[in-house]
Amino acid sequence: MATAAEGKRLAVAKTYKIYIDGKFPRTESGRYFVLEDKKGAVIANICRGSRKDFRNAMVAARAAQGGWAKFSAYLRGQILYRIAEMLEGRREQFIAELVLQGVSARAAEKEVDTSIDRLIYFAGWADKYQQVFSSVNPVSSSHFNFSVLEPTGVVSMLAPETSGLLGLISNIAPTIVGGNTCVVLASESLPLCAISFAEVLHASDVPAGVVNILTGFRSELIEHFASHMDVNAVIFCDGDKETAKAVQEAASINIKHVIRRTDTDWSDQSAQHPYLVRDTQEVKTIWHPIGT
Amino acid sequence: MSLSAVPVTANLPDLSRVPVVDEVGVNERVARFQSRSIKADSKVEALKLILSMIDLTTLEGQDTAGKVRQLCQKAIHLHDAMPDLPHVAAVCVYPTMVGIAKDTLKGHDINIASVATAFPSGQASLSVKLDDTRMAVDAGATEIDMVISRGAFLAGNYALVFDEIVAIKEACGDTHLKVILETGELGTLDRVRQASDLAMHAGADFIKTSTGKIQPAATMQVTLVMLQAIRDYYYATGRMVGMKPAGGISKAKLAVHYLVMLRETLGNAWMTPEWFRFGASSLANDVLMQLRKQATGVYQSADYFSKD
Amino acid sequence: MAIPDNKLAFNDGWQYSPAPESIDHIKVNKKYELFIGGDFVAPVEGKYFDTINPATEEKLSSVGLASTADVDKAVKAARKAFGPWSRLKAAERGKYIYRIARMLQERSREFAAIESLDGGKPIRESRDVDIPLAAAHFFYYAGWADKLEYAFPGRSVRPLGVAGQIIPWNFPMLMASWKIAPALACGNTVVLKPAETTPLTALKLAEVIADAGLPPGVVNIITGAGDTGAAMVNHPDVDKVAFTGSTDVGRIIQKSLAGTNKKYTLELGGKAANIIFADAAIDQAVEGIVNGIFFNQGHVCCAGSRLLVQESVADEVVQKLKDRMETLIVGDPLDKNTDIGAINSPEQLATIESYLAIGQDEGGEMFQSSCPVPDQGYWCRPTIFTGVSQSNRVVQDEIFGPVLAIQTFRTFDEAVSKANNTPYGLSGGIWTDKGAKIFKMTQSIRAGVIWANTFNKFDPTSPFGGYKESGVGREGGLHGLDAYLKLEAQ
Repeated sequence: MATAAEGKRLAVAKTYKIYIDGKFPRTESGRYFVLEDKKGAVIANICRGSRKDFRNAMVAARAAQGGWAKFSAYLRGQILYRIAEMLEGRREQFIAELVLQGVSARAAEKEVDTSIDRLIYFAGWADKYQQVFSSVNPVSSSHFNFSVLEPTGVVSMLAPETSGLLGLISNIAPTIVGGNTCVVLASESLPLCAISFAEVLHASDVPAGVVNILTGFRSELIEHFASHMDVNAVIFCDGDKETAKAVQEAASINIKHVIRRTDTDWSDQSAQHPYLVRDTQEVKTIWHPIGT
Repeated sequence: MSLSAVPVTANLPDLSRVPVVDEVGVNERVARFQSRSIKADSKVEALKLILSMIDLTTLEGQDTAGKVRQLCQKAIHLHDAMPDLPHVAAVCVYPTMVGIAKDTLKGHDINIASVATAFPSGQASLSVKLDDTRMAVDAGATEIDMVISRGAFLAGNYALVFDEIVAIKEACGDTHLKVILETGELGTLDRVRQASDLAMHAGADFIKTSTGKIQPAATMQVTLVMLQAIRDYYYATGRMVGMKPAGGISKAKLAVHYLVMLRETLGNAWMTPEWFRFGASSLANDVLMQLRKQATGVYQSADYFSKD
Repeated sequence: MAIPDNKLAFNDGWQYSPAPESIDHIKVNKKYELFIGGDFVAPVEGKYFDTINPATEEKLSSVGLASTADVDKAVKAARKAFGPWSRLKAAERGKYIYRIARMLQERSREFAAIESLDGGKPIRESRDVDIPLAAAHFFYYAGWADKLEYAFPGRSVRPLGVAGQIIPWNFPMLMASWKIAPALACGNTVVLKPAETTPLTALKLAEVIADAGLPPGVVNIITGAGDTGAAMVNHPDVDKVAFTGSTDVGRIIQKSLAGTNKKYTLELGGKAANIIFADAAIDQAVEGIVNGIFFNQGHVCCAGSRLLVQESVADEVVQKLKDRMETLIVGDPLDKNTDIGAINSPEQLATIESYLAIGQDEGGEMFQSSCPVPDQGYWCRPTIFTGVSQSNRVVQDEIFGPVLAIQTFRTFDEAVSKANNTPYGLSGGIWTDKGAKIFKMTQSIRAGVIWANTFNKFDPTSPFGGYKESGVGREGGLHGLDAYLKLEAQ
């Protein structure tokens, strides 16, 4: 950390905690790892999250899911728009954090701006994806038959490793806009923006427990993200084939949905589309007779 | 024991078809009541009317003679700093406390309501419930608040529920009978309507929402359904039945919305303590604070109003 | 249920004191110019007309009277802005529209108060329904701007160009949002004319559009009456005409557009049947009747202005309806307790009163509630006609006031037949506890919007529009995008 130059004011270093159930606790394990910049200087001590943190976050996510899904689509859209407003307000902070973690200034600016616009993009899908992906089905019996999407429930998420802010947001936004809640493991090498993003969520009318963000070692936590029996879907970004296979096997114990997202250039326009919303939705079909 | 002294099923209404109540529609009508803005003179008038409609209540396992005396003191002296206040309609206590209340309230025109019939659960034999009722009446209760057998109701044994009310009514004699439906246990608004019709046909003088011992207690939604049942019964028979929402009404603003709902559903004839009560304890002080605010223009602090 | 001699009395005892909305924070200019090319500019011929408060008959403001020359200026400004606007990145267009939505939310109380002052509708309606819905429309369509490729499988989309939009006086701000939001989201630019009796909220919206930084000329708002509207419809450089108003004027517009290439959508009148079956939730159905015809003074194209009630419950329904009518408060639109505000204009009041006379002359029995009404201003108490049938004019014609015509029916088929026996086809209502019957009824009624066990519900995601002489095209929802796009093979 920087020493104060003579006569200048000493900066207050930020403590990066994790985000569970609308609060910022430290990891219950008390463990940490050090995040260093390119020159080897210490940026911060990052919480090395434990399986118990994950377990606690899961309880919060499940408790929050019913209520979040009952919010009107319009309200969820407005909340996502509010997240964008809050992120826009903190634009400089996020650019600085990305630069601190080794991203070039120009790339950092572009990443933050794209992140804000991506939030707005998904805010706009809140009250529209149902119209695009639902159907009224012309069955041949005298029944009114329709299919609607419903959120799958609680989603565990291993955020993209190489895109610390935009990749994170590109996975969280489509998941929650559809009424799911999530527990996210931030990028191991780029964890700062995830925690600062948690602060933005906290200021944005997002109810406690809808998004929970942990930091830590993927290798330690991945088996829990993949196996926990109360997870409905696991989103697994980046990573190698063996790990992917292990996730699939662990997920199979309760037939979770497994969503693998690799080789995605999150900064490209093609990375945003409503099928990312559809990925964490179930389809429910309902029949009702037509007659007097 | 035999109920043959009472013509048991003579008036049992046809409950084989559950009456239809649309929950979303009820919520919308309630929202309209809640958007009424009651100000100035109409607010003062409403607040005083609410005070006069309160059954000041204590129904705790830990109630003692001392506690009940305090409650009665509060009933008599709501807030002596403000003259011209109406007195509350009644105190409401357990049967074992009726005697204490009667002594403390001697000389004051305040009713003594007693719960009875194995309140709050109602899970006891009819003979126990009758004894409970008679004890309260003999001790000096002027009103009895009984509970229906919700288990029997939900199991479809309407005749039993009906017969019990008839029997308790008979045991009451001239004492007024309020029948508590415990709407929080009934499930849907259809069932609340059904239970209301059953209770009125069985002879209830008042129908009451709740014991206040479970959540949810009174809501505007169940109250509206019950008021509409009262209205339809009045149209069909010419007999007025009273209404008492109880539990969960601790704020004056909410009580005023209940009055709006009462006025726009049943009209003026029901707007008196004879036909409408609030089962409440802390409501009284909130109403007093609002009255004081209206008189002085200044927001009040709870420190200045006695808590008994 | 026996009809009682036991009556309920609603009108003595405790009454509600006046509860006026405070308006010391709102700003209405003494004079408004036309909003063209991003600025407020004086009308070319220097003419203005007054807009009044129908509750007090007092003048609120003078607004510019747009002549043919002003229409031409506005269309030119819209055309000039169209190129750059349509070439903007779609997401950026969306962000402009989000700004309008957010600013409307921020200024909502001022908009609601002005809407009530100018048009006569109760503040409770403009505050709780009109303005929030208007903001929601902008919010909804903002999100479509960069997603249009998902709405039309197999087609690529392009904006039409300049849209000329004419809106009515019954939901001024809401109608402005229904027109402007989708047009902009699809990349078009707009010239909009509010109704001559209700120009003010559209002019306040012009201020929002300027404050939100929209490029000049993207939205132009010009005030005027029938001639201004005709000039817009007939202007050769307007690509698309959108009109909401009476069927009579809709006919004239459609005829004027014959032989041109202009696309058009028309949202016209209605005479909706509100159908109550014996197995309905009766108390909620009665509330649905009240919602359907008395709120907004019955100035609603999709109003449930015909009640068809199954004969076995007719007496009960009518009695409960009369009771409910006695609790409706007619009065000062700015009083928060007012249920039914002022009739929008003396002309409209005269129309309504002529129908009250016709209804009685033709042998119908008229009942009105007994509430007091103020001395100044234009008022009509909630009114019902019984003893009328399909042949009566009050059953056939759109009255556009708080007047309900009541008929009975006996069977499902009879209800359907009566409901469809009209040149209109905008909306309908069906009240029954039986699900299958709902869907059979919705299949059978020829109307664009059908409410089952509810009435007059609107949402930006829900398409709205009529069959038959109630119009062509839909507004709202995914289907509402159609009106503002050219669809081309990919």
